[in-house]
Amino acid sequence: MKPREIRLSTTPTPEAIAELRLGDIVYLDGLMYTAREGVYMRALEEKANIPMELPSQSAANFHCSPAARINADGSFDMGAVTATASFRFAKWLPEWMAKTGAKLIIGKGGMTSRDYKEYFVPNGAVYLSTVGYGTGALLGRGVENVEAVHWNEELGLAQAMWVIRCNKMGPFIVASDLKGDCLFERENAKIAENIARVYEGTKPAVLKRYGETDDRSDEVI
Amino acid sequence: MTQHIPLSLIQSTAQTLMEKAAIEIPQDYLDGLKRAAETEDGDLSSFVLRAMLDNYEAAKEDRRAMCGDTGVPRWFVKLGNDARIEGGMVALEGALRRATAHATHSVPLRPNRVHPLWRTDHDNNVGIGAPEIEYGFEPEGDWIDLITVHKGGLFGTDYRMLFPSDGIQGIKRFYLDSLMAFGKRGLACQPAIIGIGLGGSKDICMTLGKRASVLRTVGSRNSDPRIAAMEDEFKELGNSIGMGAMGFVGKNMVIDCNIEVGYCHTGGMPMSVHAFCLSSRRSVARLWPDGQVEYRTDPDWFTPYQRRETVDWEPVQEAAE
Repeated sequence: MKPREIRLSTTPTPEAIAELRLGDIVYLDGLMYTAREGVYMRALEEKANIPMELPSQSAANFHCSPAARINADGSFDMGAVTATASFRFAKWLPEWMAKTGAKLIIGKGGMTSRDYKEYFVPNGAVYLSTVGYGTGALLGRGVENVEAVHWNEELGLAQAMWVIRCNKMGPFIVASDLKGDCLFERENAKIAENIARVYEGTKPAVLKRYGETDDRSDEVI
Repeated sequence: MTQHIPLSLIQSTAQTLMEKAAIEIPQDYLDGLKRAAETEDGDLSSFVLRAMLDNYEAAKEDRRAMCGDTGVPRWFVKLGNDARIEGGMVALEGALRRATAHATHSVPLRPNRVHPLWRTDHDNNVGIGAPEIEYGFEPEGDWIDLITVHKGGLFGTDYRMLFPSDGIQGIKRFYLDSLMAFGKRGLACQPAIIGIGLGGSKDICMTLGKRASVLRTVGSRNSDPRIAAMEDEFKELGNSIGMGAMGFVGKNMVIDCNIEVGYCHTGGMPMSVHAFCLSSRRSVARLWPDGQVEYRTDPDWFTPYQRRETVDWEPVQEAAE
């Protein structure tokens, strides 16, 4: 079965979000901004003023550092854009979503269904995953314009807050829904049925490691 | 009189290599991924593979990087025994650092390299120990091979000290553990070339696995027929998990599995696993003193000389066998 393809605004209506199903393919239109640990720490821990009107300008937070440069004349060149793994940002996301009204969190690998149920669903937000995760050139084609880059002096190019105008930017995959269900966990569960067969005949290592026993008073032999 | 390989040629070639690595998917990997896409029947993983194939085309057409995470650029340099560099090896290292910085701006690449503690970013992928430059030598030739690899990914790599009593079943277990751990949600950016390092000291074990994934091509086989058979078996095993691209249900996790070995401590059997991602960025050029440059994508690193196990290198005897 071919996945469904959907055009979505980066300031989506609650109805448009409710319409999304796990595994749908999404293309985005409108303004999107990049924010990852650098931006979160600066905005939430150092209480710096966020240099955009959120969520009216954009409700789409991309976990991304683009391959881009700032030219001598102040213009920007953006080549490829690819997401970075989102699970590392769980620490900041609840506060970020409450503060900015983000409805689309876009990144690599998704979050856990517990994250979705705890703070995505109450905020009416869903998670979109990039595809591959290497479709950086395709996503780069969806960048109509780089509108601004904020905090590049303070955070460096990789952690700066890039503001991108998207024109049918994609593909992205819907990885969570308003029930808080998680696409990756659904797939994991299907794959899990086969694990015992694949591991048949293999044996645990002679020398264990911490993490393979939860009791730190245990020896690892 | 020995002719030197001109420094300006080294720097300009290195810049071209940086660009090619970031933009052009190597043909051996592309062919492997196309074969995977033909066999894939999982809805979602099949969609992902087709999107990747489109992406490689888009990158080449637009001359833009395949992936926004352009990895951490590094260099492997191989010298024929008679090669001489204008200005010597220090000049060579300077040229490679300049090429890395220049290409980061011109392609552009993502300036990924930062200080581990202070997170200082020079915005050019150059810093303490970056880019890494590693060397190999061959008994003959007045050429140098410049190989750049931009390996991405914080995931997909692991090391473990196994022991002789763990045996092949223990090796399989750790291999599967690595694929399971980093394959879920597609953190390893599979299907990938998986490299396995067996033996060596701990650090060299990691190096062997890394080189097995990034310096060998899809379809190459270890010169030891028993290891070559393991490579086939491990490729099959990885693809039988039922996990595909992005950790979705599928049958393509491993485009190829390459194993490299080194002699280790008699009591141990250290093992490392490395995954080279969907954008397997590697590019190679051979430079001669007369200014000739030949580009390719096969590093051809693991020659009989690199895998030698005798005290002395005796090419004549080897040839007679």
